[in-house]
Amino acid sequence: MSKYLGIDVGSTTVKVCVLSESLEILYSSYERHFARVKECVLSQLAVVKEKFGEGEFSACITGSAGLGLAERSGVAFVQEVQAAFTAIRKYYPDADAAVELGGEDAKIIFITGGTEQRMNGSCAGGTGAFIDQMATLLNLSVGEMDAMSLRAEKVYPIASRCGVFAKSDIQPLLNQGARKEDIAASIFQAVVDQTVSGLAQGRRIKGKVLFLGGPLFFLKGLRRAFCETLGLDEEHAIFPENAPCFMSIGAALYAQNVKAMPLSELDSRIRNVRASDEIVTGEPLFRSRAEYEEFVARHKASDLAFADIKTYTGDAYLGVDSGSTTTKLVLITPDCKLLYEHYQSNNGQPLDIVSERLAEIYALAGGRIRIAGAATTGYGEDLIKAAIKADFGIVETVAHFKAAVHFDPKVDFIIDIGGQDIKCFKIKNGAIDSIMLNEACSSGCGSFIQTFAKAMGMEIDEFSKLGLFASHPVELGSRCTVFMNSSVKQAQKEGASVEDISAGLSSSIVKNAIYKVIRAKTPEELGNNILVQGGTFLNDAVLRSFELETGKHVVRPGIAGLMGAFGAALYAKENIRGASAVISEEELKNFSYASRSHVCNGCTSHCNVNVIRFSDGRKFISGNKCEKGAGLQPHSDELDIYHYKYERLQQCRTGSAGRRGRVGLPLALGFYEQLPLWAGFFETCGFEVVFSEKSSRQLYFRGQHTVASDTVCYPAKLTHGHIESLLDSGVDFIFFPCESYNLDEHDSVNHYNCPVVAYYPELLKANNERLTDENFVMPYIDLNDEKTTVRALRRALARWKLPASLIRKGLKEGFARLNSYYADVRARGEFILQRAEEEGKHVIVLAGRPYHADPEINHGIGKLLTSLGVAVLSEDAVFHMGRQVLVNVLNQWTYHARLYRAAEYVTEHENADLVQLVSFGCGIDAITTDEVRAILEGKGKLYTQIKIDEINNLGVVKIRLRSMLAAVEEQKRHSDEKRD
Amino acid sequence: MKREIKTAEQTVDFRDDYPKFRPEMKKTHKILIPDMLPVHFGIIVEILRKDGWDIELLQNDTRAVIDEGLKHVHNDTCFPALCVTGQFIDALKSGKYDPEHTALMITQSGGGCRASNYIPLIRKAIKSEFPHVPVISLNFSGLEKDSGFPMTAGLMLKLAYAIFYGDTLMSLFNQCKPYELEPGASERARQECVKAVTAAFDAGKYRRYKKIVRQMLERFSAVKRSGEEKVKVGIVGEIYVKYSPLGNSHLEEFLLSEGCEPVVPALMDFVMYCAVNNVNDAKLYNKRSAATPLFSLVYRYLLHVQRKIIQITQKYGFEPLHDFEHLRRCADKVINQGVKMGEGWLIPAEMAALAETGTDNIVCAQPFGCLPNHIAGKGTIRTLKQMYEHENIVAVDYDPSATKVNQENRIKLMLSTARENLQTKSSDKDKR
Repeated sequence: MSKYLGIDVGSTTVKVCVLSESLEILYSSYERHFARVKECVLSQLAVVKEKFGEGEFSACITGSAGLGLAERSGVAFVQEVQAAFTAIRKYYPDADAAVELGGEDAKIIFITGGTEQRMNGSCAGGTGAFIDQMATLLNLSVGEMDAMSLRAEKVYPIASRCGVFAKSDIQPLLNQGARKEDIAASIFQAVVDQTVSGLAQGRRIKGKVLFLGGPLFFLKGLRRAFCETLGLDEEHAIFPENAPCFMSIGAALYAQNVKAMPLSELDSRIRNVRASDEIVTGEPLFRSRAEYEEFVARHKASDLAFADIKTYTGDAYLGVDSGSTTTKLVLITPDCKLLYEHYQSNNGQPLDIVSERLAEIYALAGGRIRIAGAATTGYGEDLIKAAIKADFGIVETVAHFKAAVHFDPKVDFIIDIGGQDIKCFKIKNGAIDSIMLNEACSSGCGSFIQTFAKAMGMEIDEFSKLGLFASHPVELGSRCTVFMNSSVKQAQKEGASVEDISAGLSSSIVKNAIYKVIRAKTPEELGNNILVQGGTFLNDAVLRSFELETGKHVVRPGIAGLMGAFGAALYAKENIRGASAVISEEELKNFSYASRSHVCNGCTSHCNVNVIRFSDGRKFISGNKCEKGAGLQPHSDELDIYHYKYERLQQCRTGSAGRRGRVGLPLALGFYEQLPLWAGFFETCGFEVVFSEKSSRQLYFRGQHTVASDTVCYPAKLTHGHIESLLDSGVDFIFFPCESYNLDEHDSVNHYNCPVVAYYPELLKANNERLTDENFVMPYIDLNDEKTTVRALRRALARWKLPASLIRKGLKEGFARLNSYYADVRARGEFILQRAEEEGKHVIVLAGRPYHADPEINHGIGKLLTSLGVAVLSEDAVFHMGRQVLVNVLNQWTYHARLYRAAEYVTEHENADLVQLVSFGCGIDAITTDEVRAILEGKGKLYTQIKIDEINNLGVVKIRLRSMLAAVEEQKRHSDEKRD
Repeated sequence: MKREIKTAEQTVDFRDDYPKFRPEMKKTHKILIPDMLPVHFGIIVEILRKDGWDIELLQNDTRAVIDEGLKHVHNDTCFPALCVTGQFIDALKSGKYDPEHTALMITQSGGGCRASNYIPLIRKAIKSEFPHVPVISLNFSGLEKDSGFPMTAGLMLKLAYAIFYGDTLMSLFNQCKPYELEPGASERARQECVKAVTAAFDAGKYRRYKKIVRQMLERFSAVKRSGEEKVKVGIVGEIYVKYSPLGNSHLEEFLLSEGCEPVVPALMDFVMYCAVNNVNDAKLYNKRSAATPLFSLVYRYLLHVQRKIIQITQKYGFEPLHDFEHLRRCADKVINQGVKMGEGWLIPAEMAALAETGTDNIVCAQPFGCLPNHIAGKGTIRTLKQMYEHENIVAVDYDPSATKVNQENRIKLMLSTARENLQTKSSDKDKR
């Protein structure tokens, strides 16, 4: 008599289940495999053998990592969703839907009302691995994080599409001192949102819902978040006892159709599975021990001299670098000897670390040392500066540059790979010439190795040392960490050793930096005197990979991880005048703080404001987009054209009542420019014009369930919310034209819209069940041709029987309003330019698309810039002043052609620079960014790009913009010096 | 309705100087073309060689191709650009070609999708390492006048026939291969047919398409096949990843190995789609050019030939190509024919037509983040599923770092549903 055996090999665990002939569950197990898939399966089989003896088994394998194993062992395989489906039909025939979260996959099965099975796409985060990664970031175990989440008081918006994004949401929260309980709950909420929006895509999850997979079984906080979001009571949310190994049960059920074999044969088949030769391997990092030792000796030369803090007497300078994942402190003597250094992982509490270390410094100094100056830098610069009353706060890029020059005055290229970001600067004529930072999506940074090492149950040092002498490092590709994660998994499945993976990861990080962040085509482009720094370069395997890849010897200071802090200390030393205000030993003894967060209702942004109150009564406020949140007088929006455009645009209707009915115009995509045209048209034709409500994250969530493609840009995704808003406001119909062609401005070969702007109405209509032919009018129009436009509008609005003459009149009025809008924007631009000139302010052309005027899309970057003391213009306010340009690429989109001319304008104006706003997922900007960069850099201007998405992380943006402004300043000083 | 525009008088040129392709290079240069459609391009290469072009179809397909692409192309650019560029650079670096006497050629459509920009992207990518290699544009819209491939009416006609023959071959092969009783028989038939087609071109008799198609049908009819019913899987999507094995991780082979019959819609559909779009633009927006009547004429001619081929194919009991007018009617049910960027309305049209001709299971292949496919691909799936109850579509994103395991797992999910549907269908039949 044979039994049924199901083996589920997931990305992180192995689940095994044995069923009796009568399909009774006799045994089941759940175990993490730590990438040793084969060994883990074999050990589980041994347990089965112990329990049930030799004997015949019909076996079936399932799971994402089981595919290769099944193929090569010749054991039957069933796709895991299918396995789950089989088990559901057997044990829960009345279920309506099932949600399953695994290590790397998320799935939804709709059972009633049209069976459908869905899996997450290749870019969807929000899975078990994502939760693990986040727990590591919080320095908690997953269990602890779960327990904390149950005590949450509020939920922050966090992106869960990919771990890297979520990190950049969470890190600022941590640095601002937000409660970990709240963050934990926010992480779970993010996973739920991801599942609902990314997987359900328009279909509602309702009825009796089954929750499967490890994370949903073990994590109560996650369960709660799901139930609350889907509105399920206990009766309708089912968490089966055997949820973690549900798929293996399904596989065992499937095994009914499989021929039985003795357990010993199954064992030997799996044992004999060989690694395939599909993985690509590279050269070893070091050929011999001797080669390694020579390498170590060479880098020893760039270590800093030490002085003993216990005996030294005199002045010293303090530098603190409060980074995204680590906190660094150094104390140096006036002749730059190192008295004290500290490098520690934040664990989310940078303020505690700094105060503890400062206390230690005072204790060690024993009253002999006077801190003569202190400076802070990094993500937590403001907070730490306020807390310890440091004399200066400087942008981290400036700090790094200062430090680098100390080690190599001839340095022309600096690359810093830190925990969360990669920074590169080119140095020309003693000033920062260009800055490159990693985009939120392509960061293959230090914390990735760290997270990975932890997942393997090792410390990072130990893990990376393993790679030094690996004989066949695996090629893992160079892209974002989430993708790398699955490359690693694949390599493991193919049987690569931990050593080879460790070496492969190191070289991957290097390749990512060189080819994706710096975007160098050849190593020569980097420079001749390269200095590498950042904690990640302390890792010899990474350093060696970098030297191998570039074919150059580089300088790595012994304090590579402390360069920001060292630079800050140097800065304090050079710039301090008079006595330092830094917190004294006495004050420090009484130092404590408490943090609290609340929603600021100062304006429509509703920022989550975090208030830290220090023991001496001072307070520090963060998370605010403007001064209002900090309790200060708000600064004027006068010099921010983005603010002006947004307000002006909406003043384009007269508000006349319509005898023909009410038409809804969504404040989205192309309407950000054509709103005056259509408002004028419809009002003339006798309709009342209703705009959708202003964008917000809440509005986005309202339409989220109709988003069909989760990789489309945020401006497009927001449109779904605007449609819901209009539907709810009870308009008679929504008007949203499809326009392949934009207005021809005679700047480009053709005048297309981008495909998304052109045809998004089609997608909206197809994916929102509330839209019909009656209430959603989307004619195909080319506004450059009056005849066909009139015809198309007449047909589309046939119900109202509008005479052609009226339509023509409407269009005329529409164009008049549009032209007056253009004229006003340009006039405003001129006004801002004039004011900037009078006040000696620098001008930044924040160049994007018309729809970037939406504050929910630009996240108030215009405001941020004006608060940094510059005037802000937009591409559409200046491009008419720039000359026509000929570019390398095919220039065929109206909005994008403006970018090139705006860039040309900037190259002709000394007091202006350009910052390009790019929406994540914008395919066309992959082309324009390089071209705009070429135009600017060709004329010696800096190029800065800011990628924006639904996440709102102004902290990073601020650093970038401040770095840029500092570099502009520096350049100006240089050219002034030359002139003198 | 012209807006007032202040046009600046001067123009600034930010273009890099790139090597142009001059007609005399025909004699001195070898031209490399990427492996987009193995069957079709194989035939086309032969034709061009006969015309005196030294041309080679690249077949390098290693990881190095992708790595070169990653190094040289912007992170966010679409996957096909990356594959094509990678394949070119990998080939140029192989040492097999003299960089002073080699040129690269690729097709260019000039539509509103960023794919029109592949040519400048490739130029940028090779600029520093291969500064003398010209990039040639193969297009029908008069783009890249200084480096366009010299197009003549005669050559266009030859290309059109080559595409018809390629489509027929691809379709017949896929209809035989999964069912062949003697392994390798379909492949032999295909090779023989390629030879026959090439010979017809050599002899200048390529326009006798009825005879040629009949020959192919007869040759494939001779392949002995089992009558067993297999899962049919349609492949639609972005043109490059739809056809190129490099782009879609050998999707056709994978489906064959899973015991399925791949159904790949014809390349001619795309050509006719482009022609129709020109005519549609004239209708919708009055965008008439001198070429518009020509496009309309070309379209009618192609349709005529296509319909004849369909008639002949049906006589031999094979599933014919889709009638393009039928495709257009299918499109109208799902989306407006105004959606014309990238593959636009053709994708939902093909998905609908496949469902109507008995292929419910579909892989909709697109590069990660493909702009038109947000709307025409993923965006239409909901509508299609409502129209065709059994339509079983999986959208697969192709990307340099998306692992094969991940893609295959999703396709397998679609296949398991497909198999179940097939079982229900055949047991329903048995009951009757």
